Amino acid sequence: MAENMNGSKRFKLDKSDRTAVAWRSTFIQGSWNYERMQNGGWCYAMIPAIKKLYPDKRDRIQALKRHLEFFNTHPYVASPILGVTLALEEERANGAAVDDVAIQGVKIGMMGPLAGIGDPVFWFTVRPILGALGASLAMSGNILGPIIFFVAWNLIRWGFMVWTQEFGYSAGSRITDDLSGGILKDITEGASILGMFVIAALVQRWVSINFRPRVAEIQLSEGAYIDWANLPEGAAGIRQAIEQSASGMAMDPTRITTLQDNLDQLIPGLAALLLTLFCMWLLKRKVSPIVIILGLFVFGILGYVIGLF
Amino acid sequence: MSLNFIQIILIVLVAFLAGMDGILDEFQFHQPLVSCTLIGLVTGNLTAGIILGGSLQMIALGWANIGAAVAPDAALAAVASTIILVLGGQGASTESIGAAIAAAIPLAVAGLFLTMIVRTLAVPIVHMMDAAAEEGNYRKIEALHIGAILLQGLRIAIPAAILCFVPAHTVQSVLESMPAWLSNGMAIGGGMVVAVGYALVLNMMASREVWPFFIIGFVVAAISQLTLIALGGLGIALALIYLKLEKTGGSRGGGNYGDPLDDILNDY
Repeated sequence: MAENMNGSKRFKLDKSDRTAVAWRSTFIQGSWNYERMQNGGWCYAMIPAIKKLYPDKRDRIQALKRHLEFFNTHPYVASPILGVTLALEEERANGAAVDDVAIQGVKIGMMGPLAGIGDPVFWFTVRPILGALGASLAMSGNILGPIIFFVAWNLIRWGFMVWTQEFGYSAGSRITDDLSGGILKDITEGASILGMFVIAALVQRWVSINFRPRVAEIQLSEGAYIDWANLPEGAAGIRQAIEQSASGMAMDPTRITTLQDNLDQLIPGLAALLLTLFCMWLLKRKVSPIVIILGLFVFGILGYVIGLF
Repeated sequence: MSLNFIQIILIVLVAFLAGMDGILDEFQFHQPLVSCTLIGLVTGNLTAGIILGGSLQMIALGWANIGAAVAPDAALAAVASTIILVLGGQGASTESIGAAIAAAIPLAVAGLFLTMIVRTLAVPIVHMMDAAAEEGNYRKIEALHIGAILLQGLRIAIPAAILCFVPAHTVQSVLESMPAWLSNGMAIGGGMVVAVGYALVLNMMASREVWPFFIIGFVVAAISQLTLIALGGLGIALALIYLKLEKTGGSRGGGNYGDPLDDILNDY
């Protein structure tokens, strides 16, 4: 490219740099915090690459700040995202027009869907299987139980992390090869669209607020609820209750509507959305995230005591 | 049985390792299968440790940190209940294993609050990282990050060290007397503070152009059959369609879609 300032010298991350990043990404959750989550660990992992790519101090400062932005995903699937980011940073160091928004967009856009792969695969499939295998051996006092669990898990984990980071790196290099077609601009824009979409889904799924106050108690008419006292004995009764429940009959003679039910009828997750918008508003007014976090804990305790939650 | 000085040091070291891995979730030193075995090993109760580890592992199979939610803390539960088992001196009898498991559950909840506290303490630490980045001082960022990991280690190591000196029944009665308003209130607060992280991202990414995609994502996420992978696929499809339309529509970034006059003018 014309802007390549160093002309002949091209910055290149070799295998040992990439291995250093992969090893450091083992500690990506170390400074996990409620403000920007894995940002410290992400930056820690990127440091070997940043040192190599940006000898100029101003560039280095920019790079460090860029990689202290919000990040959170399953710790192992951070590896392919690191791979792509390494490729993007390499291009940037060589003069390509990869801006901060593009890099942050790629990170945010990939982290949600990949966490959606990592959580079910590692936490809910591989670990329960290996854990149950090890535990069944261990419960009879067999030392092989813990050893098999520990060794197998770490082989799978490290193999996955190294392989997917390399995969992300080569895929990322290919993306940046064709800069004339405006592919990067598309990626930036596409990534921020994907990012907004995914963050919205995360707000809906992961921010949890549950209002307890009851707004109405309605006495249901006979036949609209399961009459537990007059069910047949034993299995026949259970069968009848399940059938009645499946046909839409209520469990109790009174229907209790809480404030939460009413809000969810408007749109599920409304309270979570309002809370998120309120936090955005506070942050824009320079309220410290720490103050908001502590405030929410106090609010949670007070809300529980007065019966709001 | 009573522990000698070297055993206490080794217990604290294992607890430290389990505490660090409790946040890292990498090597699995915090899983009961591993940490109970190690505590058993260093105190000379290897078989009892393995059996307790296996039993606790069965309970903890589904405990996982998803997103920003914090799972019951396997590390404190495993380390502390093994110490209680060893101090009880009954070895691997059915009753002593059962009592240790009973103690482990409230400990898992107590550990959950400890990790929430350390995750909050990490906020000022990353602010110090910001300041270090401003100076281009990457060594300081590395030191701060390692410091945060060590704090997570202390989270388990300190309770473990205390337990080595406190009678086991005292520990249990203290845990049972934790007021409901505190534990429930903290859990409720924990569900809400997640919003702060998302608010930070949104403030950074949001622009007039992309807000509609936020609305779509929020509405669609209410369909609980859609997994995160499905939502990711939907998001990618939306982004691709948008990019395609943007190119063929002619009114690039103007926000004037559906204005025929504007399209004609742009074509000239």
